[in-house]
Amino acid sequence: MTTAVVLSGCATGSGDATTSAAFSAPPSAAGGSLTVMGFGADDEIGSTRLQLATAALNGTTVDLVKGDLDVQAFLSSVAAGDPPEIIYANRDQIGTFASRGAILPLTDCITQQAVDTGQYLPSALAQVTLNGTVYAIPEFNSVQIVMANRSLLDEAGLAMDDVNGSDWQALTAAASKLTKTSAGKLSVIGVDSKLPEFLPLWAKANGADLLSADGRTAQLDDPKVVQALNFAVGVYDTEGGFPAVKAFRDSADFFGEGNQYASGSLGAMPMEQWYVNVLNEVSPEAPMAFDTVRTPAGDTLAYASGSSWAVPKGSSNPGAACTFVKIMTRTDTWMQAAKARADDRAANGLVFTGLLTGNTVADEQIRDTYVTEPTSTVWGTAISAMYEANAHTFGLPANPADAEFKAAWQDAVNRVLNGQQEPADALAQAQREAQAALDTAWATWDEQGG
Amino acid sequence: MTGTGIASAGRSRRNREFWPAMAFIAPWLIGFAVFTAWPLLYSGYLALTDYDVITAPTFVGLRNFERILEDPKIARSLGNTLYYTVIQVPLHVLVALGLALLLERAGRASGFFRTAFFLPKMTPPVAVGILLLLLFNGQNGMVNGVLGWFGLDGPSWTTDPAWVKPGLVLMSLWTVGSTVVILLAALRNVPVELYDAARVDGASFLRRTTRITLPMISGTLFFVVVVDTIGAFQTFTEAYTAYFGSGNTTYSNDSALFYSIYLFQQAFQYLHMGYASAMAWLLFVVILAITVIQLIGSRRLVYYEGGRS
Repeated sequence: MTTAVVLSGCATGSGDATTSAAFSAPPSAAGGSLTVMGFGADDEIGSTRLQLATAALNGTTVDLVKGDLDVQAFLSSVAAGDPPEIIYANRDQIGTFASRGAILPLTDCITQQAVDTGQYLPSALAQVTLNGTVYAIPEFNSVQIVMANRSLLDEAGLAMDDVNGSDWQALTAAASKLTKTSAGKLSVIGVDSKLPEFLPLWAKANGADLLSADGRTAQLDDPKVVQALNFAVGVYDTEGGFPAVKAFRDSADFFGEGNQYASGSLGAMPMEQWYVNVLNEVSPEAPMAFDTVRTPAGDTLAYASGSSWAVPKGSSNPGAACTFVKIMTRTDTWMQAAKARADDRAANGLVFTGLLTGNTVADEQIRDTYVTEPTSTVWGTAISAMYEANAHTFGLPANPADAEFKAAWQDAVNRVLNGQQEPADALAQAQREAQAALDTAWATWDEQGG
Repeated sequence: MTGTGIASAGRSRRNREFWPAMAFIAPWLIGFAVFTAWPLLYSGYLALTDYDVITAPTFVGLRNFERILEDPKIARSLGNTLYYTVIQVPLHVLVALGLALLLERAGRASGFFRTAFFLPKMTPPVAVGILLLLLFNGQNGMVNGVLGWFGLDGPSWTTDPAWVKPGLVLMSLWTVGSTVVILLAALRNVPVELYDAARVDGASFLRRTTRITLPMISGTLFFVVVVDTIGAFQTFTEAYTAYFGSGNTTYSNDSALFYSIYLFQQAFQYLHMGYASAMAWLLFVVILAITVIQLIGSRRLVYYEGGRS
């Protein structure tokens, strides 16, 4: 009956329509507090920016509720009329929160405090914009670059072009060549196509979007999506099947010195750029090679994801929250944070690999000012690939059925990986499930005059 | 008149004791009302609504229950749960009973072993879920490693749909400690004289077990079966952690989609609280029906020394 207890405790929905709040900047020394849920300042990037934002809110006490955003706790607090003043959420949660009226539109925040939305990465901003209204301010951006073991490639007579996605047949062949077994067990994964999470990437590379631009029409059963899934699954099939790959993958010392690249147990995979820092820290001598993920036409492509700031409905200090966000994502704030990171890396003999902030102006300035690694080095190629990928990102548009839509396509991919369905059937089922969820959610949104 | 006076005095005493008794049990009654009765009733109301926690519930009649009939994942998750229950509960009872029988003959060492058997029960279920992924890893897990010693090629427990639930069942057998303790207590209550008489008559261990031990502890066994069945139908944490939670951030396996997990997803991932409430009520009805069936079956299978009251 835990669910019943939680449900009865939560069932105090106010039913009020979403209303705008006073987002003007609070006067200096205005007092009050700002509870921030979902954000932790555990590194120099976070702590530096937090200090600057707190200083700008002179007189306002800033309290952090650390750890990933607890959705249940957050929604319960909104329903109870006691929300935090600001939340830090994944961008793919914003559509759901907005559609339920849990967060406020930021139109007035942007206007009253002159927030320059033009500085934000378009694909990131699109992920927090629902029906033309901005509901959150994006920060950070994750992109994928191809990370490969140079030694394994050389040994197999392969080049980066064989594994960067520019030729799907070549990639599948490379996966087969690179894969090794020992005593009947997998000892090297040739290429990890990173399903289920990277289906959007492979589909886009093949010219298909999983969701229409307006966020209302699922496109999961598009033949190009089916083809992309067939290809990505086929990579695993050439390596002995997904079960074996996953089992081996799960046993990797992913964050340690025994990681799959240092141990020579992975040929190549697309992976988010933050992993470059991990490798640089724990395996600086690993035989790495990097490139951007390419479409079959040879173009760079990356699937954007990241975090965002949103102001809950009922926030008691929306003006301070707006100021906080503005400072946290401002170019000069990012510059100071990047300097702190670069200084720390230098002090520890590590490479500063740049920073993807979600603010394009900041990204460019940080690269020009603090990234000193020559582009000719191994880590320099990683940095170049990261920035190139960041300039060629796409994202799924926000929609009020974010969670259901994502579950539909991920579950479909998992059914294929688990051998339960063929790609076409799985995606057809996912299409029905996703579209039903979208229709219901958008109907509610439209009825509420969203 | 003496009898009447005594009866009157008795009634008076009971009347005087009523309010103090109510006062002493009030904390439990209040807790029951607040944490069980009210949520139960309120979820019944919510089951008739469309409710997302933020906006006020909207009455939709029986639409949520109609949706249950249309949702393919309901059948899938119920099927998974039933499969797991049918396998796990008997095995759980058998393993626990076997250990309890061994403990009963362990003499002074039983204390140590009782503690050793109970300790896994203290492990947080979330940790058990993570451990499952390590131990049952099809490539490098300890379970397949041990099977390999005997020349057996173990399955991909965590990715093969056919083996996901058996793996969860095996993992659950590690936490039989509380049941062992209950059954051990029951075993120690079996009159020694019955065994003595049976030995005099030349009864074997197996015959003594089936003719004396099991009937004499059948009440406890029935209790264990009922409680374990109810628990199995609400299996959540280990499976969720291993296949839907932090153990796998994007990978999942429908074979591990138990009813409680799907209910949780509807409630807290998709914010369909009304639908989740309807699902909760369906689960309640299913468990109630199975418990009633068990109660009916117990009339023939369960022996009560004092007879049925």
